[in-house]
Amino acid sequence: MKTKKFTLEDLKKELEKCSSELPKSIIQELEEKLSKIIDRLTKSDVEKVVSEVIRQYNEALVEPGEAVGTVAAQSIGEPGTQMTLRTFHFAGVRELNVTLGLPRLIEVLDAKRTPSTPLMRIELDEKAKYDKAKAEELARKIQHVTVENVASSIDIDFGQQMIYLRLDEELMKDKRVTLDMVINALSKHKIGTVESVTEREEEMPDGKRRKVIEVAVAVPEGLEASKMIKLRQKVLNVKLKGIKGLKRVVVKEVSREGKTYYYLEVEGSNLQGIFNNLDELEGIDPTKVMTNNIHEIAEVLGIEAARTAIINEVMGVLREQGLDVDVRHVMLVADLMTLTGRVRQIGRHGISGEKASVLARAAFEVTTKHLLEAGVKGEEDPLTGVIENVVVGQLIPIGSGMVELRVRHGGE
Amino acid sequence: MLKKKFTILDHELVPKHILLSKEEKRQLLEQLKIRPEQLPWIRASDPVAKLIGAKPGDIVKIIRKSPTAGETVAYRFVVP
Repeated sequence: MKTKKFTLEDLKKELEKCSSELPKSIIQELEEKLSKIIDRLTKSDVEKVVSEVIRQYNEALVEPGEAVGTVAAQSIGEPGTQMTLRTFHFAGVRELNVTLGLPRLIEVLDAKRTPSTPLMRIELDEKAKYDKAKAEELARKIQHVTVENVASSIDIDFGQQMIYLRLDEELMKDKRVTLDMVINALSKHKIGTVESVTEREEEMPDGKRRKVIEVAVAVPEGLEASKMIKLRQKVLNVKLKGIKGLKRVVVKEVSREGKTYYYLEVEGSNLQGIFNNLDELEGIDPTKVMTNNIHEIAEVLGIEAARTAIINEVMGVLREQGLDVDVRHVMLVADLMTLTGRVRQIGRHGISGEKASVLARAAFEVTTKHLLEAGVKGEEDPLTGVIENVVVGQLIPIGSGMVELRVRHGGE
Repeated sequence: MLKKKFTILDHELVPKHILLSKEEKRQLLEQLKIRPEQLPWIRASDPVAKLIGAKPGDIVKIIRKSPTAGETVAYRFVVP
């Protein structure tokens, strides 16, 4: 008997049928591997393969009642003990000092408001990616420059109610700041009126002579001395250009497949600032702007983005230390941290501290406080979780212990 | 041609969010045999929830990219 030839189309149709039973990645792998030997296949062969794959997939799934949280905790915790010692020697070798290793891992899991070294990574779009000059131009546009960054000195004349601001021309050239920009910014921030602008040469601390522009600003009359000192600081903080919070921008290059492309690494973090100024920042790829501040991601891009970011950060730290931890453990942690729609930390002020059961909370940290408060409020504990049942010495609801039986009275 | 304006929905980190209809919502809860608040939550003030117009009480379907399964579907219950 001659059977009809089995084609690629038939294979796709056959795999389509099991799309609700298998994850996409396995279906793709099946399609890839089976299409290589398609000439030798019949319909029943494929059916057999698929049903065997489904059987094995279901066998590999986690069983109901499995203590996945405990397994995840151990799987991340054990490699974590190996990290401790190595961390100290590797920190701070890079151009930008970045918190790595265990301290960084703790930072992510504790959901700290701001990371100790906020960093952004800004990728450029296809057009600008290979152009170093363009990358440097963008870096200058992004970098936050205040008067302080271009000033060589600032003095207050209390008698005449004047502030003398001396600008270093070389610094200004380097940062692409013009005198007009400074004067405009000063008047915009209502510091005072610019009386005069004079140029002269001045001796620098290093002994060289450099050209300096002196801007004399008359402050509003009748200002007290203490207010003037405050005003001095205000002048230094006047923004000239760039995006707030982005202190240093470094152009980095990567070579891949013979091509060199550039991206920007930024000290400081301001996602919203970048998104607000996209019109001026043509050349950056907004879909790939990254920050290591999880809370900022949650605020600007939403809770799902924060979940992904937590997974990426934790996996990045572990991988960098050469530790092989399965993503699924980290995914579970990230799922739990983002469960309530906000980023919660793992410890006392987050997941462990917000448990419903009094005994579970008391078993974690500050036992007496929780027991006392529960007593005052008259809280009840239904003993549904694992920890509280360990505390009272009952069978814990894990695996087969999860099953409950109820007897129906007067049934058939 | 005018370039499409960037929204946060285009960002690499943001998976696809779909607002479920009343009927889909009912079916889902029936299938999972749970109350909506037993799902993970998403705040109505969440930037993505705001963009797709999700109101408290809705359910959002999220199609995530997963390194292990290729693609996974998750649901979040919109809370105030």
